[in-house]
Amino acid sequence: MKHTISVLVENEFGVLSRISGLFSGRGFNIESLSVAPTQDADVSRMTLVTRGDDRIMEQINKQLNKLISTIKVVDFTDEDFIERELALIKVATEAETRAEALRIVDIFRAKVIDVTPKSYTIEITGAPAKIDGILELLRPMGIKEVVRSGPVVIGRGGKRSWTA
Amino acid sequence: MELTGSQILLESLKLEGVDTVFGYPGGAVINIYDDLFDSSLNHVLTRHEQAAVHAADGYARCTGKVGVAIATSGPGATNTVTGIATAYMDSIPMVIITGQVPIPLIGNDAFQEADMCGITRPCTKHNFLVKDIRDLSRTIKEAFYIARTGRPGPVLVDLPKDIQVTKYKFSYPDQVHLRGYKPTYNGNPRQIEKAAKMILAAKKPVLYIGGGINLSAANDELLKLAELTNIPVTTTLMAMSAFPQRHPQALGMLGMHGTFYANMSVTECDLLIAVGARFDDRVTGRIESFAEKAKIIHVDIDPTSIHKNVAVDLPIVGDLKDVLGKLSGCLLQKPELLEDLVEETQGWRDLIAEWKERQPMMYRSSKSTIKPQYVIQKLRELTDDDAIVTTEVGQHQMWTAQFFDFIQPRTFLTSGGLGTMGFGLPAALGAQVAYPDRQVIDISGDGSFQMNSQELATLVQYKLPVKIAILNNNYLGMVRQWQQMFFDKRYSQTVMELPIDFVKLAEAYGATGLQATKVDDVEATIKKALETPGPVLMNFKVSREENVLPMVPAGKAIHEMVLAS
Repeated sequence: MKHTISVLVENEFGVLSRISGLFSGRGFNIESLSVAPTQDADVSRMTLVTRGDDRIMEQINKQLNKLISTIKVVDFTDEDFIERELALIKVATEAETRAEALRIVDIFRAKVIDVTPKSYTIEITGAPAKIDGILELLRPMGIKEVVRSGPVVIGRGGKRSWTA
Repeated sequence: MELTGSQILLESLKLEGVDTVFGYPGGAVINIYDDLFDSSLNHVLTRHEQAAVHAADGYARCTGKVGVAIATSGPGATNTVTGIATAYMDSIPMVIITGQVPIPLIGNDAFQEADMCGITRPCTKHNFLVKDIRDLSRTIKEAFYIARTGRPGPVLVDLPKDIQVTKYKFSYPDQVHLRGYKPTYNGNPRQIEKAAKMILAAKKPVLYIGGGINLSAANDELLKLAELTNIPVTTTLMAMSAFPQRHPQALGMLGMHGTFYANMSVTECDLLIAVGARFDDRVTGRIESFAEKAKIIHVDIDPTSIHKNVAVDLPIVGDLKDVLGKLSGCLLQKPELLEDLVEETQGWRDLIAEWKERQPMMYRSSKSTIKPQYVIQKLRELTDDDAIVTTEVGQHQMWTAQFFDFIQPRTFLTSGGLGTMGFGLPAALGAQVAYPDRQVIDISGDGSFQMNSQELATLVQYKLPVKIAILNNNYLGMVRQWQQMFFDKRYSQTVMELPIDFVKLAEAYGATGLQATKVDDVEATIKKALETPGPVLMNFKVSREENVLPMVPAGKAIHEMVLAS
């Protein structure tokens, strides 16, 4: 089962290596990973998507918590959360498909950020499923390149998911 | 007071209670060694950085203090990796300080540069690269704190050369602030109550004890709990000296080379109380069949050990000393139920006694060849109760666990988790430095001995009277045994027939060398070694194709043992 986890870590040298090394060393998989500082400059947030049954998720959770650099682990899978991802998509467009491409961009409330006679580059943010959706529709036209950021996640409601 | 980084390091070590370090100098640590020249710290020079780390490890295992080793950058540092991984697998508190090239050169493929933080990330509890002199004393304090608290482990501090010569005002922090690290020491009282109830309801309980007992110094609490409840006690390799092996409740080691009665007890028990052990694959055999009939209580300070390999009915996270003490307290509040427990479990203890009689630990004795098991029994007979024994890895290690009845805590130092050949001699060195007046015996094989034999020089230089017993069968014994049992006796690369004169080798270093080839000479040789001052090497030519039995073949359940006849 897919799990989205937020790991709050000390923003120190090598911490990304520590976390990813933990996953690879123990054979856990990382489907996607994004990391950036939080509102507290000493703390970074890593959001990763992984897969596993309950037993594996329990081990992942415990092993992450065991790391000295880890401040908090939040598994959002069982909580109410909002997930967003950014994708930049370069789609090939011939004369016949250019109008259709723009219609799809409009339907998905995406933006065209670059244009050449034979292609559009599209920027879209949304839930990962929405991005999967637009890619499905653009695929018949010929997708030249896709760059996805991996999801970031925040809990619903007014509470913070962690305190310093 | 303005001190250089190197002086700050040494002052910090002293403030952490360190009086002895093991190490080997080099360019990247020459400033530290200059300050060590007239320091009050005692430094032991080994002949290989791996040995320096194993020596600090042996020192830590028998004293409970944090072992400290120093090595230079590049190859010196990479030589420490096996030692660090050994300590990591057995959870030994250590701080290893490696020199590093100056900060502007890091990442530049500089001379003797190695990314030690990258290399040791998977085999240290934590590691640090000091990039700013202002962080140095805090880093050392954190390193020691992390090494010795919670589940102990090795911590590496990589110290660049330019930091070592930078001056800064020295002040040692009096507190550690690690918001990501808060080990749980106190066991949950409700869980402990539940455990007490489960124990009182059991008909066939077994205590399964691991290395955690020694690390937590919970030997007294364990003994009290065991004697209160009359529950039989089986110990892992790491815990052989955590419970007195001659105690009537002792079942000996369990697992791949465990005793028949220990493995049967675990297979047939209805309650398995796992304390400071981690259900390692050498212990469990085929994991689906392990303790199939039992409910399992698991007490450990490390939550990741719980539910990792085996589903557990009652987990208790906490320090063993605390939890076992409270558990005994709980049980003592129900004296009638405790009496009932002892009565109801008598049948169980009788069954175990039958197993012990049916298949005791044994070997076929001989008048013509020296049996390795015989040497080990004689060593126990002729040494003091508080003698410290180290082993290398292989058949001799298993025979030591099976036949050397350990009496006192922290007297058995062996590489369990990683199984590192070359550990025993330097670990014995470290133990002798810690306890100059106690007997220290290194039981070795002819293969293992050659991995760090250069440490004979260290023994002689520091007059460390370690007694080395090589059980010499001219084979890489344990691998040969597997080749005999599973590979049709195809002894590929395990035959070491070269008749090395170990006596001459010892004498070349200035130590005493003794040799025994006849059974009748064994006792005399051991006695002579123990009476001779200084380091002594005993070369025992032992029976060549002796096998370690019982044995649970790979993939089998622990009751499916190949037995001695």
